[in-house]
Amino acid sequence: MRWLGAHWNALRLALRRLAAAPLNTLLAALGIGIALALPAGGALLLNHVTAMTQGMPATPQLTAFLAVDAERKTALAAATRIRNLPGVARTQLLAREDTLARMKSGALADAIGVLPNNPFPDAIVVTPADSINEVPAAIEQLAATLRQWKEIEHVQVDADWARRLAAFVRLARTALLLLAALLGVGLVAITFGTIRLQLLTRRAEVEVSRLLGATDGFIRRPFLWHGALLGWLGGIAAWLIVAAAILWLRLPLAELAQLYGFDLLLALPDAAASAALLAGAALLGWLGALLSMRQFLRGME
Amino acid sequence: MIRFDRVTKRYPPDITALADVSAEIGAGELVAVLGHSGAGKSTLLKLIPAIERPTSGSVLVNGQNVGALGRKALPYLRRNIGLVFQDQKLLFDRSVLANVLLPLEIAGFAPKEAKRRAEAALDKAGLLARARALPVALSGGEQQRLAIARAVAHRPALLLADEPTAYLDADTARDVANIFTEFHRVGVTVLLATYDAGLFPAARPLRLDHGRLA
Repeated sequence: MRWLGAHWNALRLALRRLAAAPLNTLLAALGIGIALALPAGGALLLNHVTAMTQGMPATPQLTAFLAVDAERKTALAAATRIRNLPGVARTQLLAREDTLARMKSGALADAIGVLPNNPFPDAIVVTPADSINEVPAAIEQLAATLRQWKEIEHVQVDADWARRLAAFVRLARTALLLLAALLGVGLVAITFGTIRLQLLTRRAEVEVSRLLGATDGFIRRPFLWHGALLGWLGGIAAWLIVAAAILWLRLPLAELAQLYGFDLLLALPDAAASAALLAGAALLGWLGALLSMRQFLRGME
Repeated sequence: MIRFDRVTKRYPPDITALADVSAEIGAGELVAVLGHSGAGKSTLLKLIPAIERPTSGSVLVNGQNVGALGRKALPYLRRNIGLVFQDQKLLFDRSVLANVLLPLEIAGFAPKEAKRRAEAALDKAGLLARARALPVALSGGEQQRLAIARAVAHRPALLLADEPTAYLDADTARDVANIFTEFHRVGVTVLLATYDAGLFPAARPLRLDHGRLA
């Protein structure tokens, strides 16, 4: 109970000190907020992109397009021939009429409606066997074989870009972790400096408290709360920056994603992510204050 | 209560503040450490709450060798001692009341009880009406009385004061001296360093001359 009371007193004192210098508090919180907003916003964006890529086929597929004027029997023969190739699991013929009908029901309906003829060729979707679909060179070899056939006009490795995107997301996640670690150190440094300044201006108070029998814990407590509160305020600033960026960017980004056929509508951080951001920021602020106090108290001895 | 046993204190490079001092102060005594400036009075007082440590010899407070106390044990020793410093060491950005509350908060008193004790100490020092003022608004004598109120608020059994009447005019010095005499009357052990023995006629003198007991 006494321990709780001591923390309550220290918290009140820290709040009074923060309120006594509102501009300093605001600038420090803003500095922390900007440092935190970058990894927080990046993590949010990556989570959305990850969720989006999880809906994509992980297995690469090839699409072999025939000439626009190729006959159906040529397409059927080519599909059979492909299915008999080593490394092919199955094939599916996409008839040009079906493709036209699908496109007419999509976003480009108006443009396609004015065309005099069906511009789409028959296409054969090729699914490689499990034995080769993890070997990019083997898939590329299969594509090269099909490109040599005279009835095939064009071959496209469909899932290649999705794999690249997934690889990019993995890389971005690692880079984001590094960035978060670096900026976390930055946040600790900001709090360290702020608390150090506080300590220098309150050196007499610390000295008197020691002479009157204060333990290091008693002296540390308000400064630790100060650091934690500063971190927490920085977390709020970061949340507001991220929220503002989301509200500003969500529509342009959604339109860009729509052009690639995806639904990507950024949402504000949920309760768990928001709580993690605030708690993490407070913890880092507390850590910065603790390091600052340790160095200062050692220096006084 | 306090025993100095062949205590020597040297400061670098080669200044001897105290040399082979042995003395005993019993519980409930009023002792005035007398001597000229630089005689070692302040050093002697600082050894008791272990603000300074002896170079050799030992200082025992209630049988405990305070010179050998570890850093973590020091706060608990100091909480049982009331300290009045020569330069008062008031916190000028805190109110009079907040200054007196500080040792009570440190000692872990509940807020209500701390406030009650702080106000009682201020009342005794004649400063209750100035509780909300900042120390800078007080006169020299009032600041000294505030320092005394802060030292006694947690009712320590031992009160140490380093030149408590320095820089005060004769009347104010007499008032301040009377406060210490009153604490002695109610059983508090009082040890003070002073240049003016006449202010404390009831005190047992302990005279220092160039760091040695005269």
